Amino acid sequence: MATDVASTNLGIDHRKLGMWTFLGSEFLFFGGFVSAFLLYLDTTAGGPGVEIFDIPFTSISSFVLLMSSLTMVLAHHAHTKGDMRRMRLWILATAGQGAVFLGGQVFEFNVFFREGLELSTSPFATSFYVVTGFHGLHVFVGILLLGSLYVLSLTGKIKPNQDVKTEMIGLYWHFVDIIWVVIFTVVYLIPEIAVLD
Amino acid sequence: MSSTQSPEQATDHGHDNHPTPRQYVNIALVLAVLTALEVSTYFFEFGAIAIPLLVVLMVVKFLYVAGWFMHLKFDSPVYTRLMYTGLAFALVLYALMATITLLDHAPTI
Repeated sequence: MATDVASTNLGIDHRKLGMWTFLGSEFLFFGGFVSAFLLYLDTTAGGPGVEIFDIPFTSISSFVLLMSSLTMVLAHHAHTKGDMRRMRLWILATAGQGAVFLGGQVFEFNVFFREGLELSTSPFATSFYVVTGFHGLHVFVGILLLGSLYVLSLTGKIKPNQDVKTEMIGLYWHFVDIIWVVIFTVVYLIPEIAVLD
Repeated sequence: MSSTQSPEQATDHGHDNHPTPRQYVNIALVLAVLTALEVSTYFFEFGAIAIPLLVVLMVVKFLYVAGWFMHLKFDSPVYTRLMYTGLAFALVLYALMATITLLDHAPTI
């Protein structure tokens, strides 16, 4: 089987082009959910609203996810230099931070459930769980991708000159981070501050 | 003209112009400070500027991650256009939703 890849007419790597096309569509995917959340912000049906959010707790998990982008880009940098041992170390650190974020989200959802914010409590609850839940699912997929990258690199299936593979997974991971930057502000901080005012 | 090449040759991202680890760490520090500023709006009274400030901080963080960590600053502008296309669609969708809400036709319960 041929291992050659075709560059596009634009002279750019078609794999990266494909990834960016996918990520472009993902912006719209999350844009729809965030729009729905904003639309249903006040429809709490007598149940809990934004006052239920624990901003200090979410701030810490947001910070952890933001810093995972640093370790991800350092993994890619190590791969470009052919330093596979360091690359794997940063990949593990990134996946670990992703797991911490995901654990925080599971904890947060549990607390919200106990306080009466269930999936079908209100349109507000549904739209909140959909947007944050789908983001969590993306983080989970990212952790699986990072795990695959780690194992494939360990077994020699990903070689030092194939750094574009790390770059592709990195693009996905940074996208997950960048979407959380938006969610943290638009879903958590702004509505919470608006309520406090 | 042949358009096939090995995966290693098919990279359009000359790594020579990519940032150094030190620069990445500096960007992360900037992001950390911006996040701290964001969170401070919850603990301290910022008045009317709180929400505009949060939006500006969000956009700046977004651009830093996209530009530096996702290498859009250094890669082909085609990728940037793809990202902005998706973003533009998302913003149009939000604008439509906001318009519906303003017209008071939003679904309620």
